[in-house]
Amino acid sequence: MSEHAELKTGPLEYRKEEGTLTILGFWIFLAAEVVLFSTLFATYAVLFGRYGDATPAPELFEMPIALAMTFLLLTSSFTCGIAIHMMRKESLKGLLIWLSITLALGLGFLGFEIYEFVHYVHEGASIQSSAFWSAFFTLTGTHGLHVTLGIAWCLLIIIQLVRVGLTPTTARKTFVIGLYWHFLDVVWIFIFTAVYLIGMVV
Amino acid sequence: MSEHTEHSESSIPVKHIIGFIASIVLTLVAAYTTVMSGLPVPWIIAIIMILAVIQAVLQLVMFMHIAEKNPIPQYGNILFGFFIAAVVIAGSIWVMSFGMSDMDMNGGSGEEHSDH
Repeated sequence: MSEHAELKTGPLEYRKEEGTLTILGFWIFLAAEVVLFSTLFATYAVLFGRYGDATPAPELFEMPIALAMTFLLLTSSFTCGIAIHMMRKESLKGLLIWLSITLALGLGFLGFEIYEFVHYVHEGASIQSSAFWSAFFTLTGTHGLHVTLGIAWCLLIIIQLVRVGLTPTTARKTFVIGLYWHFLDVVWIFIFTAVYLIGMVV
Repeated sequence: MSEHTEHSESSIPVKHIIGFIASIVLTLVAAYTTVMSGLPVPWIIAIIMILAVIQAVLQLVMFMHIAEKNPIPQYGNILFGFFIAAVVIAGSIWVMSFGMSDMDMNGGSGEEHSDH
């Protein structure tokens, strides 16, 4: 493939070599993110149950909120997948609609998370309360920060799509934010399982 | 900009719907196993962790197009990332498990460092 070759067929985001390499680079970034989160999960697992004088987790974790957050993020991952599908069919309108739904669901998730954190702090479990709660807030907070970043990023991509339309460059950018969003859901699956579900039984 | 629209008009791909429904079912099964099953705790943990891994693979394959025919294969990096993650987590839990029984006799109070 020569340096500035542009294919005429195949998904828009892969037509330029730059697009292909950017997406490969983003997968490498995601692999690094997996490792980053693994260190936080390891810390959480090691400090599990070390509540000190603070309220123990099983008294605070509630299944309905954890399930609501999970379903919001799962559904947003699904709608994001459809958005990319619409992009591949070169339907700008479809892409924008489904990306906006994804954004709204992401905001809903963030709302629940903020409510949850405020609630815990009021119940006497803050990041300073004990080793366990430090690890908990660091892990879930880092994920929440990623979601916040994803929402802002997605908003900027939507603005670009409205202004520029679908080109190999905007398609590449949209595909990358799509990968990022699915990745956030992958991390949340493990937070839901390792933090909330295990926190309720142990 | 290219104009061609050779794809069919089917709005939502079946693959995504299957992935979505499977994810919801796996989540509900995990929640049910945790709260209602009454199994021994190690079993519950093993079952829900397996369900989580299945769901993560589902996301990667169904939504993230990881197995798709790309100009450059992309799964190598992420698989290596997951391998490192597994080593870090399992290794940390394993190495920190030594001496834990002594600590439990002190009620875990040895863990309350005051921050510098």
